[in-house]
Amino acid sequence: MTTTSLRKWIAGSSIVLGLAGFGSTALAQEAAQDQGPIRVGILHSLSGTMAISESTLKDEMLMLIDKQNEAGGLLGRQLEPVVMDPASDWSLYAEQARDMLTGDDRVDVIFGNWTSASRKAVLPVVEELDGLLFYPVQYEGEESSENIFYTGAAPNQQAIPAVDYLMSQGVERWALLGTDYVYPRTTNKILEAYLKANGVADDDIMVNYTPFGFSDWQSIVSQVKDFGSQGRKTAVVSTINGDANVPFYNELANQGISAGDIPVVAFSVGEQELTGIDTAPLVGHMAAWNYFMSVDSDANYDFIDDWVAYTGNDEAVTNDPMEAHYIGFNMWTQAVEKAGTTDVDAVKDSIIGVTVPNLSGGASTMMPNHHITKPVMIGEIQDDGQFSVVWQTPTTVAGDAWSDYLPESKNLISDWRAPLRCGKLDVESMTCEDGPGAD
Amino acid sequence: MSFTTGWKGPAPRRRLTIPMLLCLLMACGLGIGSEASAASGESQVQASKGEPQAQAKGEPRALLGALDTGSFQAKGDAAQAIAESGAEQKTRWLQALLDGRLGKERRGDRFYIVTDDSGREWPIIDAITFEDAGTGTRRTVDIFKINNELRTRIEGLLASLSLSAGNEASRLSAAQRLVGEVTADNADRVRGMRDDEESDAVRGQLDVALALYDLQQGDAEALDALRGNLDTRVRNALTPIAAGDSALAAEAQSVLDGIESKRAWYDRAQTLFFGLSAGSILVLAAIGLAITFGVMGVINMAHGELIMIGAYTTWLIQQALPGQPGLALALAIPGGFLVAGGFGVVIERTVIRFLKGRPLETLLATFGLSLVLQQLVRTVFSPLNRRVTSPEWLQGAWQINEALSLTLNRLGVLLFCLAVFAALWALMRYTRLGLEVRAVTQNRAMARAMGVRATRVDMLTFGLGAGVAGLAGVALSQLTNVGPNLGQGYIVDSFLVVVFGGVGNLWGTLVAGMSLGVINQVLQPWVGAVLAKIIVLVGVILFIQKRPQGIFAPKGRTS
Repeated sequence: MTTTSLRKWIAGSSIVLGLAGFGSTALAQEAAQDQGPIRVGILHSLSGTMAISESTLKDEMLMLIDKQNEAGGLLGRQLEPVVMDPASDWSLYAEQARDMLTGDDRVDVIFGNWTSASRKAVLPVVEELDGLLFYPVQYEGEESSENIFYTGAAPNQQAIPAVDYLMSQGVERWALLGTDYVYPRTTNKILEAYLKANGVADDDIMVNYTPFGFSDWQSIVSQVKDFGSQGRKTAVVSTINGDANVPFYNELANQGISAGDIPVVAFSVGEQELTGIDTAPLVGHMAAWNYFMSVDSDANYDFIDDWVAYTGNDEAVTNDPMEAHYIGFNMWTQAVEKAGTTDVDAVKDSIIGVTVPNLSGGASTMMPNHHITKPVMIGEIQDDGQFSVVWQTPTTVAGDAWSDYLPESKNLISDWRAPLRCGKLDVESMTCEDGPGAD
Repeated sequence: MSFTTGWKGPAPRRRLTIPMLLCLLMACGLGIGSEASAASGESQVQASKGEPQAQAKGEPRALLGALDTGSFQAKGDAAQAIAESGAEQKTRWLQALLDGRLGKERRGDRFYIVTDDSGREWPIIDAITFEDAGTGTRRTVDIFKINNELRTRIEGLLASLSLSAGNEASRLSAAQRLVGEVTADNADRVRGMRDDEESDAVRGQLDVALALYDLQQGDAEALDALRGNLDTRVRNALTPIAAGDSALAAEAQSVLDGIESKRAWYDRAQTLFFGLSAGSILVLAAIGLAITFGVMGVINMAHGELIMIGAYTTWLIQQALPGQPGLALALAIPGGFLVAGGFGVVIERTVIRFLKGRPLETLLATFGLSLVLQQLVRTVFSPLNRRVTSPEWLQGAWQINEALSLTLNRLGVLLFCLAVFAALWALMRYTRLGLEVRAVTQNRAMARAMGVRATRVDMLTFGLGAGVAGLAGVALSQLTNVGPNLGQGYIVDSFLVVVFGGVGNLWGTLVAGMSLGVINQVLQPWVGAVLAKIIVLVGVILFIQKRPQGIFAPKGRTS
């Protein structure tokens, strides 16, 4: 894989050099390309540890592209998917993104990535080669790129409303449990700052990190049980990722902690993850997302019907990142139609303000900071592996790239519209630290 | 509630719109509420106009109709009304509501109970007559939702409905609910209940509940009943009383100190149990390695994958015997041993035999083998984790008292580990194979001269080590995810235990595994899982520097 991509890259760059020498050829090439299909890159791992979550997103993108082509394509041209497999290897993501964005078979847009680590690897590549990336997963924020559109939730679209909900349910003590990497650590830092700003004492917050794939939960769960039996309502906020969740929930059930005693609200557990767990002892534990498969709307039922028909699996589940891709893809097609071209700079400008229906019956808008507006929902786990929505924000919430609760980022905003064009603008000093507006 | 806006430009306008929208929503909510009440009122009017039979039909309709609201508070009140009504179906309704199976026709006014909510088409019955009503889907049936608070409330209602049935277990759970909940309103009733109560256990709980109430009224004598009570609610109730500086407070403080010190002892016992249980996993994973590495000097990097094979065998046997996880687990013990042992023999015959005396090449070859085995499992079974269900008797915990409970799956693994260790020790000590293995370990050339077929012993020893790894896999399938990467997490730990315990010594492995487990669990609450592991690793490295032969030095010559 590495050698072929390197070879491709060399071939690609020599073609670019060659074209630069013969401007007229390049123009002819461009004209020819305008007639050919529009190329859509799909950069999701189809093997390795992330394959469980990411391979469904690849299938979903293929389904959306199929549907678009059946409806006549885009700008009168057909869409052509370009699928690559970065094999859960972060550096391979960057390499394959470079592959997609160079050469005469350059893609017009990329939909991809799951973990923050892989996004951080791809970010410099899409910025350097001026690509477009739609990133569909909830993440820790504190980032804004001119070339990335974040269709998943920022912390203020998931973590903060979830904590608000638990506070309204009378929770006073908080156990923040997470896997030891960048997303849980940043999210918990924001949550700690937010809780303290709301008058929660240091003693009432417990923070604990465990490695990926951790399974020896007995003493941590027992510690949480002890922490929660001090006579005041306690909740666990879980940013535990991946398959460590299964032994964690099993240990909760075995130690007899029910959702009535100490509810757990998780930010990384969705329908897909629950398919591997017996959910009967977990009924009532919660998850915060912007979409659940059980959401009651016709758009959602139609989407599920399409998905079941496409996969041919009656038990196929949908989840939040799938909705994010659905929204992202529709936003991109609308922006391309509005701009009349797939040119990256034109689409970047035209997509801001584009509003498309989401799957929960409302609509989502692309904001100038490249995040979108979404409703926030709290779902409780049911015995059939689905969530039942028990609370929802009355309106959609706009994603905040820079958290207001961290001292180092509270004055920062991001606005990619002209004339500001800045990803990291200090509103107090009005200085731009990152982006073309900085010059 | 505050929502942050990502983009600070039009924030003021947004802040204005949120309250406006809230108002609008509340207005809508009120509208729906009044509509609903109007509807139920209408049905009541109809019922009263109609014949008596219609009235009997109309009442359940109104009771269920009250559940059709967005507010969980109102839903709770409606559930309360159902519990207090005379409707015959009320237990079944509440149970269905609790299970998330009670719903209403989306475009109509019939109420349904879903009898099986797996899949996308559900068989449904009429909630009032219990007659078959065909099938429904999420598009046609609107299930009444409940949340945690409401769930607790319904469980309470159901418990109090079954209280009249007079079952001791339900009375006990009702009495346990009462601790800390006794007030002036119900104190006399509880006292009456206590006097009528026959069961000692229930009476004991009621005594605690009453003593706590009396104490809050300033009765110092009630303290005696609470002395040494381990219930956290008692401790939490005593803490504010002990904070004052009256004579009662001093007395309460002494009771509280007694409780705390008693709890501390149970906490230590619990930590010890956690440590032994974590240690038993280490021992199980390492003991097979102690045989192959210790006796044959083979660095087998594929040991973890042999564990994984044992776990997958458990899963396969369970697939073959659906609905009988206990029997499947019992069969998996010989099954896992034989399958993993078989793999071990094949590995020894095809790879390791040819690399004798070349440890570096053995290491590389077995590492490659581990990747091959992982990929094999990914191709044959898919890269997704497999779920192995635990039998009923390995779920939950053995509650010794309020402060100490032992989870049954961990206890089972601990006992299993000790049994495997004892069997292996007896095998090495008393059988001919054991004798030959020890002979080959101590002096290979001499053993061969005495007529021991060393190559056969090598094969059997490696097979035995692999089989024991398979047993570890069977045990691990009850504790963690069964997936292609299962073995990787245990290989380093296993080597650590074997080296720490002393190469080639079974007792050393047992002592080393258990002590590392206990040290790890003692450290974990203080420094977290990651740092605890680092500290243990550094400690072992320092120990080995001081004492390279490990805790127990091997008596003979290691090959």
